[in-house]
Amino acid sequence: MAERTQKHKQTSERTDEVVEDAAPTTSESGEKLKAELDDLLDEIDEVLETNAEDFVKSYVQKGGQ
Amino acid sequence: MAIPKVCGIETEYGIVVRGGDNNPVSASSLLINAYVNATSPKIDWDFEDETPANDARGFNLDDIFPPEVETSLVNAVLANGARYYVDHAHPEISTPEVTNAAEAVRWDRAADEIVRASMRYAAEILDSGAELIVYKNNSDGKRNSYGCHENYLLSRETPFGRIASHITPHFVTRQIFCGAGKVGCEQPGRQPGDVAYQLSQRADFFEEEIGLETTLKRPIVNTRDEPHCDPQKYRRLHVIVGDANMSEVATYLKVGTTSIVLAMIEDDQFSDEFLLGDPVPAIRQVSHDPSLQRAILLRDGRRATALEIQWGLLEKARKYEQTHGLEAVGEQVGADLLVRWEQVLSGLESDPDSVAHWVDWVAKRRLVEGYRERHGLAHDSPKLKAIDLQYHDMRVDRCLALRVGLDTIIEQADAVSAMSNPPTTTRAYFRGRCLDKFPDAIVAANWDSLVFDVGRDPLRRVPMMEPLRGTAEQVASLIDASDTASELLDRLGA
Repeated sequence: MAERTQKHKQTSERTDEVVEDAAPTTSESGEKLKAELDDLLDEIDEVLETNAEDFVKSYVQKGGQ
Repeated sequence: MAIPKVCGIETEYGIVVRGGDNNPVSASSLLINAYVNATSPKIDWDFEDETPANDARGFNLDDIFPPEVETSLVNAVLANGARYYVDHAHPEISTPEVTNAAEAVRWDRAADEIVRASMRYAAEILDSGAELIVYKNNSDGKRNSYGCHENYLLSRETPFGRIASHITPHFVTRQIFCGAGKVGCEQPGRQPGDVAYQLSQRADFFEEEIGLETTLKRPIVNTRDEPHCDPQKYRRLHVIVGDANMSEVATYLKVGTTSIVLAMIEDDQFSDEFLLGDPVPAIRQVSHDPSLQRAILLRDGRRATALEIQWGLLEKARKYEQTHGLEAVGEQVGADLLVRWEQVLSGLESDPDSVAHWVDWVAKRRLVEGYRERHGLAHDSPKLKAIDLQYHDMRVDRCLALRVGLDTIIEQADAVSAMSNPPTTTRAYFRGRCLDKFPDAIVAANWDSLVFDVGRDPLRRVPMMEPLRGTAEQVASLIDASDTASELLDRLGA
């Protein structure tokens, strides 16, 4: 039975330090999340809709199920 | 013993037209036709046995409810056994039937790839400057919602009241790991700015505990009684309460944990310990509380957080694995689900950001909060809502969910092959193989039958009333050996 010892902790965007324990699944995920949040936000800035207000306003859908 | 939890996912996608006439019905039709024309001849859906107005509580509302799907709209069955169609002004894909949560994720990923391919094919048809953009989310932020539904097979002997009672706590609380996140509030009577960020896209739209509706006054437990298989033996639980997930692990946990809870319900494992005092307010309370601290009312007057309820369900599932096994959801997949369920709850409990690689609402919140802090924005800045929407953009070069480091459990090659190959483990195999090999001989298809035209009267309907009959093991060699549909029907003795 898996123990509740996982402390896969991500600190704030300033340091972006990833503390991992030995469990293989969390270290793989830690690798995946290595990109600094700041870099990620830079990327977002590049692809985010240029006119956010228009985009949000014009995103209208019909009600579905 | 619980019967195999055959399951599937139906996703209604949002659709936007840029640089063209913004008619979602015709846009959805164009999208689907572009794909179908590029990949296969169109087989018509056969509506004859559909009974969406049957209520599991024992009555029929045909006079009150119009047909769920307009028959004049585009409706196609694909070679992987899926259905691709226009439903209420949305393109929708229903995955083929699968036997476990891992297969469900694979064919759900295939659905996403089909939608992406459709956008590319549509771009070839549209006037330059016009673009169709598809979103895998559940609301437009303007109080219009559309669903991601799940379907699970149960034995008819399982009383519907028992199912409804004991699945409700899971439906109200599972959003802590399967919620897709939402900026703003759409709850009737409240303002968008009342809630800066919540766990779930859909929670605001649920107004009843139980009912037949799907488009208004939505119920947490939907009573639609339309098994699409032998109605004497089976039930299909039609679930409308969930969010569409971009995270594969979230989809996996959503379908997997629900399958396990349903298996436990079928084996009558529940007493009243998790029953909620007031599920409808509770589903909003849980969603509106990203701190995960809010304790909701239980029927016996105690209070518990969503996390506590989920820990209780997991504990019960572990015991159930020991006493009954998890064959009903796939032994290996079941064992893996218990491990991941524990990991996600631990992570949420200690530090939600630690599960940003699994949980959509956490991943999205990192973006929204990070961006808000970086630019010093107000909570109601449209840029934050834009991030929320664009998280679900199905264009590979625009999708924010593809950039946040979400874990995957399906190889891309397996997702692509599932676009045109059916699961081997259910009747979807027979459907998909026949559509692929004998497209000209099939005049209509349905979940529970295929109708063949073999060149002589009458048309031949092959019933497929057993979800687990028509697997590769049972019919692959028959199909492989038959050069024509006529030969196949002879071999089947149909």
